[in-house]
Amino acid sequence: MLRFIFARLLQSLVALAIISVVVFALARATGDPLYLILPMSASQEDFDNARRYLGLDRPYVEQYLSFVGRAVTGDFGNSLRARRPVSDLIRERLPNSLKLAVFAMGVSLAMAFPLGVMAAVRKGTGLDRFAQVVSVLGQSLPTFWVAILLVEFVAGRLQWLPAGGIQGFTSYILPGFTLGWFVVAGLMRLLRSGMLEVLDSEYVKLARVKGVGEGRVIWLHALKNALIPVITFAGIYFAILVTTAIVVETVFAWPGLGRLAYEGISSRDFPVIQAVVLTTAVIVAVINLCVDCLYALIDPRIRHAR
Amino acid sequence: MPAEPGVLARPDREAVLPIAVERRGLRLPLFSLAMIALFVVAALVAPLLSLPDPTAQSLRARFTPPAWVDGGSREHLLGTDRLGRDLLSRIVWGARVSLAAGVVTVLLASAFGAAVGLAAGYYGGRVDATLMRITDATLSFPVILLALILAVTVGPSFTNVVIAIAVILWARYARVIRGQVLTLMRLDFVAQARLAGAGAWRIITRHLLPNTLGTLLVLVTLQIGYVIIVEASLSFLGAGIPPPTPAWGSMIAEGRDVVTRAWWVSLFPGLAILLVVLAFNLLGDWLRDTFDPKLRQL
Repeated sequence: MLRFIFARLLQSLVALAIISVVVFALARATGDPLYLILPMSASQEDFDNARRYLGLDRPYVEQYLSFVGRAVTGDFGNSLRARRPVSDLIRERLPNSLKLAVFAMGVSLAMAFPLGVMAAVRKGTGLDRFAQVVSVLGQSLPTFWVAILLVEFVAGRLQWLPAGGIQGFTSYILPGFTLGWFVVAGLMRLLRSGMLEVLDSEYVKLARVKGVGEGRVIWLHALKNALIPVITFAGIYFAILVTTAIVVETVFAWPGLGRLAYEGISSRDFPVIQAVVLTTAVIVAVINLCVDCLYALIDPRIRHAR
Repeated sequence: MPAEPGVLARPDREAVLPIAVERRGLRLPLFSLAMIALFVVAALVAPLLSLPDPTAQSLRARFTPPAWVDGGSREHLLGTDRLGRDLLSRIVWGARVSLAAGVVTVLLASAFGAAVGLAAGYYGGRVDATLMRITDATLSFPVILLALILAVTVGPSFTNVVIAIAVILWARYARVIRGQVLTLMRLDFVAQARLAGAGAWRIITRHLLPNTLGTLLVLVTLQIGYVIIVEASLSFLGAGIPPPTPAWGSMIAEGRDVVTRAWWVSLFPGLAILLVVLAFNLLGDWLRDTFDPKLRQL
């Protein structure tokens, strides 16, 4: 088991190293950021001074190594635009994103579990068909469009909920549901097909024959095994959530990591882009690692396979 | 972003041969086929339709509402935007961009992904381990984040959007195809082909590839819709197809600020995305259920 965890940890580190190189290279390929931060009237001397001040005049390899060295200790330099330490920005924004992600995950779990399980149990009924409509719509609706419509109609015309920013619990509802809705579709599909497979198996029949109550059979015996594929995909779901968050946070003016990424990219703020992408990559890697370990714990075939 | 369809295949699940199903009477997905045909034809013959120029501005006609609303005009059936450009015409021309992006990206990604999956499954061992590690690393990277960085660093353009999405998307195909090949490799016909003296290239192209085509077709159909949404999201964020080319995502973005005054500007392009993507997803679901029911989790 320890060997397995160690191997996976090593893989994650290699992946992170590759991502850091890509991120660094791409950020430098975008063109000179000085044109964006200096006024139009800046002289050549201003340019040279600014370049030296920001360390942009040193060789790329040196810039990369010092970038990694500092990044490991959480120091991503100063934001070119906000002229503040990027780590401060991340520390400000990350909790907001995590709160929204947790809320959205809660919403989608609360919707996906009953719907996915019951769709399998009552296969072919109206409920099943409803679940399939929810699932296919979840995969077909463009998030940003739904977000705009919600802002306009629910927040704007009806004035039921705040349109953006964070002011108490009610501001979580619109972005949370927009974000969660899209995870519901995939999660539900996975649960439904997993449940269908498991409900058909011998041990479930045996449990029924033994006289175990139907509720216990479904929610305890069957669900436990139908959950395995769901756990495997927790990491990928998180990646999807992060991706969706960029669009959702942008539309709902949510002060999170996603919007920070959008702002950083539109103003070519290298340090911010690098920090956001790396932070995200680290979070995704940690979650994948946890998922792998959890999976190996549940399913012994995995940890003995490698 | 919706949960990506291709994501849902269990990674280590034993893929099963696409065995033909006993036909329960073939019920065609008429809605999907009609909708896809409508958009494809409209996109192809866009220049021949007598629609106004999609980029022609007319300040006098700005914010004309749809024809059936008060103040609407027959000239602009779906109304006009902030610059007085005809929305119907822009949606039809936008279909070219969206469909082309979807099809080209998915073809690139599936060709590369299938090649990786076939190689990994056929050679196994270290080749498989290396290729799958790369695949996993790619899989866990948020598509839009990379696509955004690429689009902004190399500059927004159709080609860059296609490349940015394809660079991530191939991994789904590699995963699924590899799983199938692993199962196929255990079957007698591969052993027989080898006994008959077939080389690696022949076994892969003549024996393994044809047996994975069904799955590929299902995945391709499901992912065209996904790519259309990602492309629209990128255009919405300003990192996709640059103006003045009409693209559905940027049309929605343009309508966002004026949605209170002119709801139609962002409503109709969004509906277009919804209809096309829905059609592809339903068609993909149908293909899977009909020809390859074991892939329920795709």
